[in-house]
Amino acid sequence: MLDGIIRMYVQYGVTPLVFVVVLLAISVLAGVLGSLVGLGGGVVVVPVLTLLFHIDIRLAIGASIVSVIATSSGAAATYVRERMTNLRAGMFLEIATTTGAVSGAYLTTVFPARALFILFGVVLSYSAFAIYHKRHATAVLTTSDDRIANYFDLHGSYYDEAEKQEISYKVTGTKVGLAMMYVAGMVSALLGIGSGALKVPAMDLAMHLPMKVSTATSNFMIGVTAAASAGFYFARGQIDPIIAAPVAVGVLGGAMLGSRVLGKITNTSVRIIFVVVLVVVAIEMLQRGVL
Amino acid sequence: MDAAIATSAGGGERPPRKREVNEEKVRQSEIAISLVLRIGVSVAVALVMAGLGLTFARHPGYAHLSGSSYHPLTRLGAKFPHTIGQLGHALAIGDGRGLIGLGLVVLIATPVLRVAVAVLTFAYEKDPPMTIVTLFVLAVLVGSFFVGGA
Repeated sequence: MLDGIIRMYVQYGVTPLVFVVVLLAISVLAGVLGSLVGLGGGVVVVPVLTLLFHIDIRLAIGASIVSVIATSSGAAATYVRERMTNLRAGMFLEIATTTGAVSGAYLTTVFPARALFILFGVVLSYSAFAIYHKRHATAVLTTSDDRIANYFDLHGSYYDEAEKQEISYKVTGTKVGLAMMYVAGMVSALLGIGSGALKVPAMDLAMHLPMKVSTATSNFMIGVTAAASAGFYFARGQIDPIIAAPVAVGVLGGAMLGSRVLGKITNTSVRIIFVVVLVVVAIEMLQRGVL
Repeated sequence: MDAAIATSAGGGERPPRKREVNEEKVRQSEIAISLVLRIGVSVAVALVMAGLGLTFARHPGYAHLSGSSYHPLTRLGAKFPHTIGQLGHALAIGDGRGLIGLGLVVLIATPVLRVAVAVLTFAYEKDPPMTIVTLFVLAVLVGSFFVGGA
């Protein structure tokens, strides 16, 4: 009964202006969170649009794609300039995410989405557990015998404002990282979601990049993965300007705010925030697969 | 941290560290990529906000606090420009949603432009392996637009 009244109010009492202002405010939050943990903010935007505003999931996914690109470009502008992003590793791994996205687009007809949501949920739960387990780890690799990483010189360094020192690190596990990135690209094409949730664990767990570098580099990469399918969503009419406009502006503003914070907080805090977000996404995915 | 770099020198066969040779060029490249992102994002936001303002200006009813609903504008099947032809038409008749659409196209194009600039900066840094890597990414990305659009 009460639910019905709220629904009536939301559908008939909310004018376009109120809708735009509320969505703008929520999008700022999505942008801050997304820029910190290396995800696209779709985690926040999609449930708000579908559950609160009763918008069709197809239009919500279109808005989520816009949100991913806005978070990525908004935050990366700052992270690249501050050398938090590992540009070389990011661009190198994009080989796998883009080809994964293209093969994913072809496989949409073969795999049942339900099974994928469940699989994705299980993988994310495992990643959450693994990252939580190593939440206090701060040691970085000082040597690497990974031939690919050495050949392309994917190693890097960044200035950690929280620890007040320059941190040099070596990259390893490139093959495992590439494989995970390929799957991440496939998942984002198949399920229409940003796949930072898989990219961050690939870099943090498999390739031993520092956590902050992992989220900043994931942030850098998700825009390209999303752009690979955004043209398609736009042409199909899934990107509604009245929904996408406040999302784009709000998320960009939020991402710019969030990107000023990442340098100042510790790797452990970033891991804990990421784990919480990951658990929420995992539940969302499992729910979509089971229901 | 110098110690860390020194110990790593023993780690198998590796090419000379290009980055240490042209640190200055790398820094310029980072700034170029950051600038491309910043410009793309700023243009997109300006267009989207102008379009939003225009939409409200042309439909004063939208800006009231009661009496109209957002729902017809945001349900599946709501009419808005989503092809190049429709976008051009909307812009020609001064529909704010055309301007928003144009801003979104700029936003979507920004990461692609970023990859294109990276191809140039890696070539500028005289780093053939990474130039080929980014060129490959750009080719897949541009190809996906044609596959998706078809």
